[in-house]
Amino acid sequence: MKKEPILKVENLELSFSQYTRGLKKRELTVITDLDLEVNEGEILAVVGSSGSGKSLLAHAVMGILPYNARTKGRIQYQGRELSQTDKERLRGDEIVLIPQSVNYLDPLLKVGQQIAISLKNETKEQQEEIIDHILGRYGLDPSVKNYYPFQLSGGMARKVLLATALTSSAKVIIADEPTPGLDEASLQEVLKDFREIADSGKAILMITHDIHAALEIADKIAIFYAGATLELANKRDFARGGEELRHPYTKALCRALPGENFEAIGGTQPLPSELPEGCLFSDRCPVCTEECRRARPQYRSIRGGKVRCIHAA
Amino acid sequence: MKKNRIGKFVLHRAAKLITLLIALCIVTFALLEASPIDPVTAYVGADTKVSAQQRELIAEHWGLDKPAVERFLAWFSSICQGDWGTSMIYRRPVLEVIGDKFLSSIALMMTAWVLSGIFGFLLGVLSGIYEGSWLDKGIRIYCHLLISTPTFWMGIVFVMLFSVKLGWFPVALSVPIGVIQSEVTFWDKIQHIILPALTLSILSVANICMHTREKVCEVMNSDYVLFAKARGESKGLIAKNHVLRNVSLPAVTLQFLSFSELFGGAVFVEQVFSYPGLGQATVQAGLKGDAPLLMGIVIISLLFVYTGNLLADCLYLLIDPRMREGQA
Repeated sequence: MKKEPILKVENLELSFSQYTRGLKKRELTVITDLDLEVNEGEILAVVGSSGSGKSLLAHAVMGILPYNARTKGRIQYQGRELSQTDKERLRGDEIVLIPQSVNYLDPLLKVGQQIAISLKNETKEQQEEIIDHILGRYGLDPSVKNYYPFQLSGGMARKVLLATALTSSAKVIIADEPTPGLDEASLQEVLKDFREIADSGKAILMITHDIHAALEIADKIAIFYAGATLELANKRDFARGGEELRHPYTKALCRALPGENFEAIGGTQPLPSELPEGCLFSDRCPVCTEECRRARPQYRSIRGGKVRCIHAA
Repeated sequence: MKKNRIGKFVLHRAAKLITLLIALCIVTFALLEASPIDPVTAYVGADTKVSAQQRELIAEHWGLDKPAVERFLAWFSSICQGDWGTSMIYRRPVLEVIGDKFLSSIALMMTAWVLSGIFGFLLGVLSGIYEGSWLDKGIRIYCHLLISTPTFWMGIVFVMLFSVKLGWFPVALSVPIGVIQSEVTFWDKIQHIILPALTLSILSVANICMHTREKVCEVMNSDYVLFAKARGESKGLIAKNHVLRNVSLPAVTLQFLSFSELFGGAVFVEQVFSYPGLGQATVQAGLKGDAPLLMGIVIISLLFVYTGNLLADCLYLLIDPRMREGQA
């Protein structure tokens, strides 16, 4: 029997209402068709360029979208659809977020106190011990806990943000760009940690630009483009020049890697206000046909992965 | 290294203060010169028995017959030697008059200052945390109403309501009428200060509340509060852990910067309540063309406001870890 994914996002659509000129209101759809699923013990890397909806997905799962955001579609946790109340109950306990930048740390609260917020049930001494331990693991001096965020370097801040999540006992960890700014040794340490955490039965959603890091530790890779999931691939599909990959965009992405042909394709991702009628990738796609331009392709399963392209086989 | 920085700071501030003082003295004196009030006429009033010759004598006694520049320089050189001159209307040394009036004003201003600081901050925090709610809207309407209300009108309404109609507080003055100075109790003084202090504070409440609210909203919409939510911190915890901490810094600064508004407000309030403080003395000195007294008051008020600003800056240096520990 196939196991139910611990976190599943289906047909997520997200739009913002904006006031344009005067009192005219308009809806700007930034996410059109996001799908993903992650199982316990698995690392899913979410890859996509800026503006493809990666961070918004994380915020949607945590229930911390701004007030003018509207979502459609389903977010399921342990097979049950999550309401806003559920999200508020679960976040911080069962689902934790590792945010993107040092701006997510309170500028006037010492680092140690900020990490301690995750340690709700421990005594003061236990908290100290855990904090010292986790700082030490990333090569940070215990005195760092008395620093204020402005005294941290980019890499140190990243480690502190990681520490806020890794001390918790959550079942799902959503890491929003956890790797930039880390030195090679710390990067390896973090990736190893992620792997160990996943192997202990937790699920990790790693949002990243860094395909290399993703390919190193992830089990599956979801590729986002202009607010939609174009493909859900397995790690091995990227081997041998990516010929196992299903979507033309993913193939192009794979060929653009420095280790491969290092070859870029023309054009840019369409803006949310200028999305094409048909397939989102149609205007840059080498295999695009008339049919592609007419309607958005369905999300379908092919060879153990999923793809949103009518030509994939 | 650090000592050097502090020394530079003090020197810089002192130089700024001195130039500001000199400029202020010149401007005030020029304005007094340009004003249509003749000090002699203001002094003798409607007394027609005073002949033109006597008027000239009075003018000569005060030195008014000399050209303005000469008078200014004479006044300036004596004040540099510590002689503030004699008030024309009180016929007492200026410093003595100011000292007297300042003491009763300072009680009034400090009461108002503390009241407005506490209430303004509390209302602002509530309003900001519940941004967009009915509570927030109510507080904002209240603040806008208060801000657009003139101080003296507020004072008159308070007198009519609380003193005349309800009889809770005395109508005016700082002590009961017809009571010997030595028999005035502390309670009498308290009773007389409540209404003017309340009037004075109520305008600053609105001001401080709106500024605090703005800052709270900023904090509530910050990434770190977003992260706090994502970590499951409740509204109360967020307020305690993040909002109060990040808002109290600017609030403290604002509180000390409000010294100038406090002083300005005191002029109106003391006038309405006939409260014999520095504000009322300022009005009297201006209307009667009492140059030495007015100049003295202007200098003192500048020092007062400047001290407030200086305290605000110093406190910021002391409290904010980003300033205290320097950029790492």
